[in-house]
Amino acid sequence: MLDSAFFQRWMVAVAAAVDEEADRLTELDSAIGDADHGSNLRRGFTAVASALDKEPPTTPGAVLALSGRTLISTVGGASGPLYGTLLRRTGKALGEGAEVSVAEFAAALRSGVDAVARLGGAAAGDKTMLDALIPAAEALTSSGDVGFTAARDAAESGALATVPLQARKGRASYLGERSIGHQDPGATSAALLFRTLADVAEAAG
Amino acid sequence: MNDAMVGLVLVSHSAAVASAVAELARGLAGGGPTAPVAAAGGDVDGGLGTSADLVARAAHEVDRGAGVAVLVDLGSAVLTVKTLLADEDELPPGTRLLDAPFVEGTIAAMVTASTGAPLDAVAAAATDAYTYRKT
Repeated sequence: MLDSAFFQRWMVAVAAAVDEEADRLTELDSAIGDADHGSNLRRGFTAVASALDKEPPTTPGAVLALSGRTLISTVGGASGPLYGTLLRRTGKALGEGAEVSVAEFAAALRSGVDAVARLGGAAAGDKTMLDALIPAAEALTSSGDVGFTAARDAAESGALATVPLQARKGRASYLGERSIGHQDPGATSAALLFRTLADVAEAAG
Repeated sequence: MNDAMVGLVLVSHSAAVASAVAELARGLAGGGPTAPVAAAGGDVDGGLGTSADLVARAAHEVDRGAGVAVLVDLGSAVLTVKTLLADEDELPPGTRLLDAPFVEGTIAAMVTASTGAPLDAVAAAATDAYTYRKT
């Protein structure tokens, strides 16, 4: 079972990973976007870590809901409402239990991913964060105890698989064929989310 | 029946664009009382982007009880407003995102709202701005 401390450790680990990878994310975003993905996410997740530290929520759902709300109000770019919606919808779907199972988390995550797809009007193959989120959520649902490493691997493969795609959503879509050959920054940061989740789960044993 | 006007919120990635379009709309709707309009441009640090807090503040500022029409430019502005609307208590009741071109839609919405027209009419006028061809 996963408690609020687990989810808090996850969010803090994401903040550290985003901080470390911010330059790489911004570099990817300078190829096909507006070169602010790393700095935007760094600002957002730094605020998440400090919000959680100031008033640690007592349930997994509340940790994710607060994190999502914080991203929406601090990021400033499209990744704010998108990641904010992902975490907040996942958090709300978890309900108010003090602990959740991996299966419950997987189901909640799927509803969060669905909400992201609805918000952005995007689907798999559009060269967006969904290309990492959808396979990760599917892997987590179908792989039981090894779920977190399977989700990490699926998200990383999904992010790599965006390289040959042509962007159909967001700023990158204006580039048409010139977006081909670049890895999508959003799918890359989404893979980072699942890499840290696997790390945190492994550290918990 | 109240005679409050629909309020307008202009959300652009640029603070300068949002406030300039607000000024343009006030100017072109002149000749009588004009509907309340507030600009919510730029991100939290004053750079290019969108601030959810600025959008929420602007919406409450122009709310007179007749509804609030939100006009947006693109990308994060669209997504931020949609996200705020998905949460019941972030924006005043009767707030609506209009599907309209930013400048032309704002002028149409402003002129219509300034006549005291209801939100449905303001939204229809703004969306109609899409059908005006320039060539």
